[in-house]
Amino acid sequence: MTFQPSPLQLERDAYRRRQTILSVAVAAVSTLVVGILLYAAVTGAPGWDRFRASFLSAEAARDSLPAVLRGLWLNVQLLVVCAIAAVLLGLGIATLRTIRPAVFFPLRALAAGYTYTFRGLPLIVTLYLFAFGVPGLRLSGTPSVLVLGGIAIVLTYGGYIAEVFRAGIESVHPSQRAAARSLGLTYRQTMRHVVLPQAVRRVAPPLLNDLVAMQKDVGLISLAGPIDAIRAAQIETAGSYNYTPYVVAGILFVLLAIPVVAVTDWVTLRAARRQSGDNRL
Amino acid sequence: MTVLSISGVHKLFNGNPVLRGVSLDVDEHEVVALIGASGSGKSTLLRCVNLLEQVDDGTIHLDGRDITDPRADPDQVRRRIGIVFQAFNLFPHLSVLDNVTLAPLRVHRMPKAQARAKALALLERVGLADKAAAYPDRLSGGQQQRVAIVRALVNDPRLLLLDEVTSALDPELVGEVLALIRDLKGDGVTMILATHEMSFARQVADRVCFLDGGLIVEQGPPEQVFGAPREPRTRQFLQRITDAGRL
Ligand SMILES: Nc1ncnc2c1ncn2[C@@H]1O[C@H](COP(=O)(O)OP(=O)(O)OP(=O)(O)O)[C@@H](O)[C@H]1O
Ligand SMILES: [Mg+2]
Repeated sequence: MTFQPSPLQLERDAYRRRQTILSVAVAAVSTLVVGILLYAAVTGAPGWDRFRASFLSAEAARDSLPAVLRGLWLNVQLLVVCAIAAVLLGLGIATLRTIRPAVFFPLRALAAGYTYTFRGLPLIVTLYLFAFGVPGLRLSGTPSVLVLGGIAIVLTYGGYIAEVFRAGIESVHPSQRAAARSLGLTYRQTMRHVVLPQAVRRVAPPLLNDLVAMQKDVGLISLAGPIDAIRAAQIETAGSYNYTPYVVAGILFVLLAIPVVAVTDWVTLRAARRQSGDNRL
Repeated sequence: MTVLSISGVHKLFNGNPVLRGVSLDVDEHEVVALIGASGSGKSTLLRCVNLLEQVDDGTIHLDGRDITDPRADPDQVRRRIGIVFQAFNLFPHLSVLDNVTLAPLRVHRMPKAQARAKALALLERVGLADKAAAYPDRLSGGQQQRVAIVRALVNDPRLLLLDEVTSALDPELVGEVLALIRDLKGDGVTMILATHEMSFARQVADRVCFLDGGLIVEQGPPEQVFGAPREPRTRQFLQRITDAGRL
């Protein structure tokens, strides 16, 4: 026998459907109104025509796109390498900061000093110090400016990521450690198999958020000289006195961020569901 | 044969004495129940035996070896003692099977197939073989505690410590855990259990120890401790419990 809803239930379902249609309609209308108002305000501005010519020129966009895209590839490579390095560095620093035995005090202090310093130091200062300061030492075997700039980014973000991991490690209930140690697992095994897996799961959303921020900041490498997307846009601009290449680079950065942001949202949502154990709330 | 020998153990927390010279010998296959008011130090004593707390005086011998000697390797000692806590036992990121096989694989370096087979056999015994792939948050409290006991047993511990394993459970789930403990006693597992379940202590324990003021005030067979307590403090404690309807 199949389930036959009562007239009461049918009436409720119909009401809910009507409500849904109504709210979709309201949202559509209000979006349209806001859109029209914004459009009118911007295009009605006194300097609109000049703005459009120097920032939104289709011709300049077409001309600059290949160079900016080539530069973007450098950003992508830099991002991948820096992200992996910063996560590993952050994990290492966070682990050092949570080691209890007294003999490790110097390491702990060093790790703490590192996170304080590099979280406080503006990235641009770190970048200049590494890209221009280090070569000034004239040491043999000094890596390229690109590598030095990458190191600056990794050091800065490693500090943030270390704090994210540390919060995650400390959020694991102490009785989990006790349970692991009482099974005979060593300190390292407890970290590796019990504490870190739980910590990493919990901090995945804020961690991905840091990666999104990092993705923008790899563009700062252009200040040190390597020809990435921003630098390419700058070169194009210098030739044509048109700022559209910057807008092109900006749009490309946003497009690049969309997948990472989408993954972040998805992971956050999944984590929230897991915690509440309920898929509907 | 004496498995565990606790002698003159003291433990202080921030200068406050919690244990003031506890002595207790546990024989092979013996089941000892620790009873006493909340805060009397039952958990502390068990944690000292498992070296999760460091004693401030006295000695604890396991199979004749002094485990309170700072030169003893705590990891080695813990491998031979199983402990199950009141709550927060299982690792939430691992399936039931992975919870149980973690120590055999990582600590005892058992081959994977063997560890799985052993874990599944034990889970089967406690009626949870069908939950092997489930995660702890999908299990009832009673099921979780049974898995925690299996996880301790899979290492063939010389001694099993159970710290109020039923006190976080709803009354209808207590029975299944107590039945398992009774089974283990039948198998000859040496156990110390801290408990508030007086009727259970009475049925399953070979010896009952009443802890009060940091000392074992009275110990003996359950009939004697519950039926004809010698010490006035034991009598008072049991009277309070009876008044609360828990005996
Ligand atoms: N880590 C700690 N730091 C400070 N005090 C502690 C600590 N652990 C336990 N204590 C104190 O030691 C005393 C004994 O605690 P313990 O947990 O051993 O009691 P218990 O007999 O197990 O009680 P319950 O029946 O409520 O579980 C309590 O007064 C408690 O506050
Ligand atoms: Mg306790």
